Amino acid sequence: MDFIIQNIINALQWGSFYALIALGYTLVYGVLRLINFAHGDIFMVGAYIAFFVAGFMLGPALGLSPMVTFLLAVPLTMFLTACVGVTLERVAYRPLRRKGAHRLYVVITALMCGLILEYSNLAVLGASRLKFPELVHKTIWDIGGVTVTNLKVIVIFAAIAVFVILNFIVTKTKIGMAMRGISYDKFAIPLMGIPIDQIIVFTFILGSGFAGLAGLLFAMSYPVLEPFMGMLIGWKAFIAAVVGGIGDIRGAFYGGFLLGFIEVGVVTVFPSTYRDLFAFTILLIILWMKPTGLFGMPQSTKI
Amino acid sequence: MQKYSFNILIAFAAVVLLVLAQYRILDNYIQAVIMFGGINIMMSTSLNLVNGNMGEFTCGHAAFMCVGAYVASILSVVCFGSKFGDPLFPAAASYFVFPIIILIGGFMAALSSILVALPSFKTRDDYLAIITIAVNYMVISGIENMDWIGGSRGFQGMKDTVWAMVDSTPSWLAGDNDFPWVLLYVILFTIFDIWVIRRFITSTYGKGVDAVCQDETAAEIMSVNTNKIKTVNFMISAGLAGCAGGLFAHVIGYVNPQSFNILKSTEAMVMVYLGGMGSLSGAVISAVVFTFLLEILRSQALIDFLMAPATFVFPDWEPSAGVIKWVMIPLLLVLIMQFRPEGIMGNKELSDVFPKLKKYYTFK
Repeated sequence: MDFIIQNIINALQWGSFYALIALGYTLVYGVLRLINFAHGDIFMVGAYIAFFVAGFMLGPALGLSPMVTFLLAVPLTMFLTACVGVTLERVAYRPLRRKGAHRLYVVITALMCGLILEYSNLAVLGASRLKFPELVHKTIWDIGGVTVTNLKVIVIFAAIAVFVILNFIVTKTKIGMAMRGISYDKFAIPLMGIPIDQIIVFTFILGSGFAGLAGLLFAMSYPVLEPFMGMLIGWKAFIAAVVGGIGDIRGAFYGGFLLGFIEVGVVTVFPSTYRDLFAFTILLIILWMKPTGLFGMPQSTKI
Repeated sequence: MQKYSFNILIAFAAVVLLVLAQYRILDNYIQAVIMFGGINIMMSTSLNLVNGNMGEFTCGHAAFMCVGAYVASILSVVCFGSKFGDPLFPAAASYFVFPIIILIGGFMAALSSILVALPSFKTRDDYLAIITIAVNYMVISGIENMDWIGGSRGFQGMKDTVWAMVDSTPSWLAGDNDFPWVLLYVILFTIFDIWVIRRFITSTYGKGVDAVCQDETAAEIMSVNTNKIKTVNFMISAGLAGCAGGLFAHVIGYVNPQSFNILKSTEAMVMVYLGGMGSLSGAVISAVVFTFLLEILRSQALIDFLMAPATFVFPDWEPSAGVIKWVMIPLLLVLIMQFRPEGIMGNKELSDVFPKLKKYYTFK
């Protein structure tokens, strides 16, 4: 029993990261119909930004205590990562959108931007892995044989809080209504006086900011940074978003946790090398049963 | 003359390449670059069948390359190597068994593509993209868990076949040097690949692929069997990628599951979109350009020259060519996409861009 609960908590933590990144994918997709493949690398950039922010604050210049650093690093990291995301949108995606290029060319551009981020990071900072400083002092609570660290609780709560905030923004505010409007009909929305570019920039700010938060939390949980850390987790988070039904916030959230549960479940039963094989097979079966994901609307074509 | 001019040109070019390689005017490195160029042409044209001509979005093409490479390698070792017991065939049989091995690898890759083709009946573009990524990961992960072919350590021993071909070369053909057999087969398979794709796309049956791309519902109503067209198209595409994988394994002599990961798929996709969707000549040109670029940017001197302003400002920063290369190429692609979003050729063939060429050759 302890064993099961322990694994459930691990799966919740692992799924939180997937959910946080998948939410960013889903936001951008829902508004732009664009698979932003650079999102995993924005997550990686967020982790690195968190590293430098934390290093600067703990360093001799300011010399803050770790706890204060953590509290200050969260908004700063989110802000700087959002700047990176918006820059990408400005430099790479917007001109293409203006030209009315084919959707897939934008996707290829996104892939290329991800590669640029990875390899420029490798070129500038070198291949040596960085060690993330300990910001939150690790306390371990032992509840009847189940160990819970405070970091795990922070991560899980962060994911839930982000989900609640996003759900509120999209369903209850005017800007969220504009987002839903753009995904519904891109051509009628400008006629209603809605500034389409600002809404898209806001979407990128939200998605990239939460990717930065995910990067910070990931670096705190697994404190080794390398330039390719965003690749695998990014692809997997995208798959989680699709299984949930891409373009749907609930879908991304549940899809991320589902993927986390599947992976941790496979590792507990089988050797860990089978993780990817089983996880992807199960996802294929889910997509086979429900071709548009768990929460996706079936698309009907007019004839 | 007009009917055969193109074939004669290709045959002449192939013979010239082989003769130059035989007399070592092209050294081993340049031969390897040419072979990778051929393999890249196969990858980009076969992916173009699905991504360009059928309008689906596949981003896991390396999975089929992986299947083809492994099946061909295992067969190769069984037939001519000594890893799994004695060789099945004498070394003299290697000339006509080798292409059959490659073709069987391609056939197995085609069978494995049914994994993607079956869900594609119901799913739309982005969901299909996911399925292909998942299949790519599944294939790699599955092979990593097979210990009897080396797992994640990789698999080698395919070179035995190449050496068997070299050793039993008749003396009038070889002379002093080894005859470049793998180069010959890469050229043959590249020609075969382009021929198959061209015949398939321009045939009446292949027009169904175009119909599926334009409007699936209308095609279904007009009695195109869309499911069958999709399956056939996926299988041809994956089969040719499998052949490319088999050749790749025999050129390098070592395969590893991680060499067929998403990056490899990305390379194939880049070639397709660089050349222009649905353009066969564009795919060929872009594959050649891409291979050439990769090799040009390998030189440390060029990278140092390009990075001179940055190293002037930061003297202790030493850019390595292998890393900067992968910054340059995506950057170049992003710029190309900005200024020419439809790729090199767009949706046109070479004869559409230069209509006067039609007087000199017919290409069917």
